[in-house]
Amino acid sequence: MAIEGAELVKAAAFLGAGLAMGLGAIGPGIGEGMVAAKACEAIGKNPKEAGLLTRTMLVGQAVSESTGIYSLVIALLLLFVV
Amino acid sequence: MIHVAAYTGGGICMGLGAMGAAIGEGYTAAQANLAVSRNPKISGDLFKNMLVGQAVAESASIFALVIAILLLFTNTGTGALIKAAALLGAGICMGFGAIGSGVGSGFPGGQACLGIARQPAVTNRITTNMLIGSAVCQTPAIFSMVVALMLIFMDFSHSAFYPGWAALIGAGLSTGLAAIGSGYGGGMAAGACCEGIARQPESVGNATTTMLVGQAVSQTPAIFGLLVSFILMFKTFPESPALSASMALLGAGISMGFGGIGPGIGNGMTAEGAVRWVSRRMEHAGELMRIMLVGQAVSQSTAIYAMVISLVLIFVV
Repeated sequence: MAIEGAELVKAAAFLGAGLAMGLGAIGPGIGEGMVAAKACEAIGKNPKEAGLLTRTMLVGQAVSESTGIYSLVIALLLLFVV
Repeated sequence: MIHVAAYTGGGICMGLGAMGAAIGEGYTAAQANLAVSRNPKISGDLFKNMLVGQAVAESASIFALVIAILLLFTNTGTGALIKAAALLGAGICMGFGAIGSGVGSGFPGGQACLGIARQPAVTNRITTNMLIGSAVCQTPAIFSMVVALMLIFMDFSHSAFYPGWAALIGAGLSTGLAAIGSGYGGGMAAGACCEGIARQPESVGNATTTMLVGQAVSQTPAIFGLLVSFILMFKTFPESPALSASMALLGAGISMGFGGIGPGIGNGMTAEGAVRWVSRRMEHAGELMRIMLVGQAVSQSTAIYAMVISLVLIFVV
């Protein structure tokens, strides 16, 4: 089984896409969980501000999500563009 | 070659599988020591509770032991070479899969000991809750065991070695790695629940409900991992000597496996925060449950991205 240059590149791109998305998903998952845990704590302490706290939580999570989206973009680029 | 794979798989399985339960039980014992120092009069009860908690945490590594023994002593014959990949995948799956559940079920054990020291009057309630919480923590390890058993006993001889080997190792990686996060996360929620019940025994209903909902959501990354494993095991892949076909399937397993770790832990953290405050502020249980579910849904999204990439790698490219 001879592996030619272009074939090797394609194989590496597929494996790389899996690694990029897999490892890239760890951080945002934990980070967003932390944000939500603290939001629960804050609402427990001060339930009157639930609306404001939910908003803050969602904005914080959206920012933390960005690295997950970068991984997704890179994985899709590796799969379909490169 | 099949024996090489079986023995290597058995070693990986028991080596990795021993880590989690040992850490979890160590945590339980550490908290039990602390509890005895706070309330030495009931050291007998605390000792009993510690042992029960540790016994549940142990089950994850017992699963690993069972799979390792099966790998060492099952007569797998000298069939097709693809069986070697299946056996290696089984070892990887159960080895990684036992880590999260083992560590996770240490948390309810430890917090239950501390809780009993604080409120000896509600010992029964705390112990019951500890058992429910740590039993749910075991599910990811059970998923891994199911996949490992299927990899050991199913007949794959009809499928081609290229790219079948990558599909089977990918199936092991997907469930095994994804189970780490879910097991650990479920344990965090259960630990907070034991602590909360000790602090406010009348909150037991609300706290247990929140814990179970939170744990169920934490379980989803492991279920995604199981789904990808099943697809990799049951789909027939056309024979292809191209390296890229194999790497796509291996990549699918890696993507879903690693991708499930973070969201599993994150969902567990969220559930921990929610349960802790439900037991302190019972009257706001509804609001806390809502915010927990919204927070978990967002944290879940990266696991969904990972699953999408896995499915694209399996079905599209």
